[in-house]
Amino acid sequence: MLQIKDLHARAGDAEILKGIDLSVRAGEVHAIMGPNGSGKSTVANVLAGRPGVEVTRGSVRFEGEDLLAFAPEERARMGIFLAFQYPVEIPGIANSYFLKAALNAIRSHRGEEELDAMDFLAVVREKMKLVEMDERFMSRSVNEGFSGGEKKRNEILQMAVLEPRLAILDETDSGLDIDALRTVAYGVNSLRSPDRSMIVITHYQRLLDYIVPDFVHVLADGRIVRSGGKELALELEEKGYSWIAGETEALAPEAVAP
Amino acid sequence: MAESQTTDLQKLADSEYKYGFVTDIEADAAPPGLNEDVVRLISAKKNEPEWLLEFRLKALRRFFEMLESEGEPTWAKIDHPSIDYQNIIYYSAPKRKTIDSLDEVDPELLRTYEKLGISLTEQKRLQGIAVDAVFDSVSVATTFKAELEKHGIIFCSFSEAVERCPEIVRKYLGSVVPYSDNLFATLNSAVFSDGSFAYIPKGVRCPMELSTYFRINAAKTGQFERTLVIAEEGAYVSYLEGCTAPMRDENQLHAAVVELVAAGDDATIKYSTVQNWYPGDKNGVGGIYNFVTKRGACRGKRSKISWTQVETGSAITWKYPSCLLIGDDSVGEFYSVAMTNNRQQADTGTKMIHIGSNTRSTIVSKGISAGHGQQSYRGLVRMGPRARGARNHSQCDSLLLGDKCGAHTFPYLEVRNASATVEHEATTSKIGEDQLFYCRQRGISEEDAVSMIVNGFCKEVLRELPMEFAVEAQNLLGLSLEGSVG
Repeated sequence: MLQIKDLHARAGDAEILKGIDLSVRAGEVHAIMGPNGSGKSTVANVLAGRPGVEVTRGSVRFEGEDLLAFAPEERARMGIFLAFQYPVEIPGIANSYFLKAALNAIRSHRGEEELDAMDFLAVVREKMKLVEMDERFMSRSVNEGFSGGEKKRNEILQMAVLEPRLAILDETDSGLDIDALRTVAYGVNSLRSPDRSMIVITHYQRLLDYIVPDFVHVLADGRIVRSGGKELALELEEKGYSWIAGETEALAPEAVAP
Repeated sequence: MAESQTTDLQKLADSEYKYGFVTDIEADAAPPGLNEDVVRLISAKKNEPEWLLEFRLKALRRFFEMLESEGEPTWAKIDHPSIDYQNIIYYSAPKRKTIDSLDEVDPELLRTYEKLGISLTEQKRLQGIAVDAVFDSVSVATTFKAELEKHGIIFCSFSEAVERCPEIVRKYLGSVVPYSDNLFATLNSAVFSDGSFAYIPKGVRCPMELSTYFRINAAKTGQFERTLVIAEEGAYVSYLEGCTAPMRDENQLHAAVVELVAAGDDATIKYSTVQNWYPGDKNGVGGIYNFVTKRGACRGKRSKISWTQVETGSAITWKYPSCLLIGDDSVGEFYSVAMTNNRQQADTGTKMIHIGSNTRSTIVSKGISAGHGQQSYRGLVRMGPRARGARNHSQCDSLLLGDKCGAHTFPYLEVRNASATVEHEATTSKIGEDQLFYCRQRGISEEDAVSMIVNGFCKEVLRELPMEFAVEAQNLLGLSLEGSVG
């Protein structure tokens, strides 16, 4: 479904991604781990098409298409969803209004009929149960006054409603307590399916206890330095990122340069 | 980083000012120039009584005195070349005059209104809105007059009111905005052309919304409307004012005066404006100068006046719809959305003058600046010595689109009664690229996202508009944003 080849990306003057290769097939869940500054969020931003991030080399193919040629909203309509690490607040726009507009934009792109308010409400009610969100949240402004946990659950709710092909979860576990983590993980797991893929970006192995990945990749200094199965995450937790850094040094000394 | 963000916003589709066209109708116009002869001409054309001519002449003399001694007011944060008052035409009227039925209206005029999206036809009739259309200084058509008359409501052009009920006009004209209040009000008092008049008698709730549309057509014509709305004890009226203007290269002056009188106890006047004068091109050439004095007097106890406005046009805007809260327990409200784009400048706000006890005022001002637009909110809340227990709540929010525009807030709070309460909140924010990206990542186009966010920002104000206007206002906001957002 997704093929990233030799991806180099820059934000401002800083070169952040220095050659990423990654393939994700339908139904797979890939975890990307790495220390701060390794470029994990940049991978997410490149895939979603965030302005300000420039691809300098390499390619990204999504379902056979050159993903980088599309605007962020087009990518969303193609089925790419990014659960933000820091979901932004949009005062004055109700969650329901926002989500309905998004859903209808995507449905219309897929050639499906747009939903009216009643039908939409029915769909949303269903999905809200998945993330244990109260209906009252729908009439509040997007993320306004939401706690960290509520914001993350809102991200997963949106994911549930929009039914993406590829979901990228950018440090969805950051700022969550154990209960919130469980709820979010439960929601994410319920959305796993053979035609949906996920890229789970995280610092800590803990999330991966709940959302068990098929593959784990370790990102350091803009490159994937190790890939493996879910055990790799456990090994990482035990030995720490410096272990990887050590290994990386041995492999490619020039990669460690600032 | 900021550069590319600004460019992204700027890539929104360009949209021509769609009301920029001219109607070809023979106009009956005075030569340019401001003098006693022109004022007498205006008064004669309208068959005005002696007292009204005197009112005008008094104002004219005062105008020259003020211009001589003080000059134009300069305290506003506005930059404009001095106005040459002698180079303006103060009277222009299409050859036809007021009529009673739409059938009698010049079809060319009707077509003009259709192009403007203003329907004077049965459609409006069905929607229950009485429309009075002012076209270059003369009210063209007023529908529904008969039905309103059944309730004893008078709704007609100002000129007609002078003929029909001169005693009422004489009683209230200049009672809220004295003829020498400020330079532009004084000018208006001398050369006002026409406007709307509404009188709601005691205990009557006006059964429909009263609406008026303005248009400035002939070149070099300043438009000077004079509007007077009076609600007696227990009366209610909702009045809508909307404006558009054609594209012109020379600046055009618009110095209107609106006086609202909530004359009796429990009287209520709701005044809504959606204004879209030509704003000037991208470099600030052309466009309307909108210098307006709007004031309401809450004379009766528990009387109420609400101003709601959405302003998107005009090269330069200078207006402060205000309320004098005289009667005890009276209420004043001001809800405003003002948008400045390209090189527009706006210095607007409100004045809430609390005189009676337990009076209340609410101010919600939303300013949106884009391009190189400069916007200032200037608000005065004054609690007089007798305003025991008076309360005010003000909220002024600015939204900046891009990084070349500006928003400024000048609140003035004067409190002379120890039991009065004043609350003021202000926020300034940018449409974050994060917010935009969030919307886009969910499949919403950038254009729709900006429009959504702006509408969300203005929601509190748009909510106060009569439904008819709310849709037009939202479209207008979207339209104004399309024209190059920087």
